[in-house]
Amino acid sequence: MPAEDPQLIGRLRDGDQVAFATIVRQWSPAMLRVARSHVRTHASAEEVVQEAWLGVLRSLDGFEGRAQFRTWVFRILVNVARRHGRADERRNAELAGPTVDPARFRDDDDPYPGHWRDDAAPADWGPEPEMLAAEFRAVLGRALAELPERQRAVVELRDVHGFDGEEVCELLDLTQANQRVLLHRGRARLRASLEEELT
Amino acid sequence: MTPGETPRHTPRDIACIELVELLTDYLEGVLPPDEVAAVEAHLDLCEGCGTYLAQMRATIAALGSVPVETLSESAYDDLLAAFRGRPA
Repeated sequence: MPAEDPQLIGRLRDGDQVAFATIVRQWSPAMLRVARSHVRTHASAEEVVQEAWLGVLRSLDGFEGRAQFRTWVFRILVNVARRHGRADERRNAELAGPTVDPARFRDDDDPYPGHWRDDAAPADWGPEPEMLAAEFRAVLGRALAELPERQRAVVELRDVHGFDGEEVCELLDLTQANQRVLLHRGRARLRASLEEELT
Repeated sequence: MTPGETPRHTPRDIACIELVELLTDYLEGVLPPDEVAAVEAHLDLCEGCGTYLAQMRATIAALGSVPVETLSESAYDDLLAAFRGRPA
C-alpha cells in the first residue's frame, strides 16, 4: 500500500475537516474498486464506501494507532462490503482462456508451432512511447472501465493505486494464484486495447 | 535469473503462445528458476515476444497515472457534513 502521511492523519483525528476531505479524496477511488468487486452495482459500491467512512467517523475516537490508519480504514471497508456482498457466484470466464488470439500463432503443422505468425507478431509502438502518454492514458481509462469487475479491481489496486499482491488478496478475498491470473488477464486485455489503438 | 542461480541444463523450448501467458508470473517473480531460464532464453531470440513484453511494461507504467473513477461530488459533500456533525 502507498505510504500514508501521519501528520495528515493526526490532523484528521483532531477534527480538521480539510484533512478529512483530503484523505477521503485520496483513498476513495481504491475503496470504491474494492467495494465494487464485492457488490453488483456502482451505486451499491458507492453506498459501501460512504457507509465505511461513516463507520470510520463513528469509531475514530476508539482508533488507538496500533495499526496503520489506512489498514484500519480498509478493514472497516471490507467488513461493510462483505455484509453487502453478493452470495459468491464466481465467474470463471474471468479466469480461463488464452489472453492473445490463438490465430496469431502458427499451427501445429508448421515447423515452428505456437510461434508468432510473421504477419501477426506484435508491432513496435515506436521508439518513444512516453511521447504518447496522454493517448495511452485516455485509451487505458476507457479499457479499464470495460474489464470484468475482478480483473479491473486487481489491475487498478496493483498498477494504479500501488497495493501489493498480498494486500489485494485480503481486500478482494482472492488466493495468490487467482490474484495473479486476474492481473495477467487484465493487463493483457489493456495491452491489446493499446495495440488496437496504436497500430 | 537472480545471481547465483545457474540453470543446470539447457532451458526447455517455449513457444510464443505459451510464453505470453507466463509473463505476469515472470514479472511477479514467482516462476521457478528453470522456467525463468526458459523464458529468458526465448526472449533473447524472439523479437515478437520481446516487443510484447516491452508493451506489457509500457502498459503497466502508463497505468500509474491513469485517472480512475471515484465517489460522486454529492457523496463527498455528505461525508463532509457527517464529519462536521459528529460529536466533539
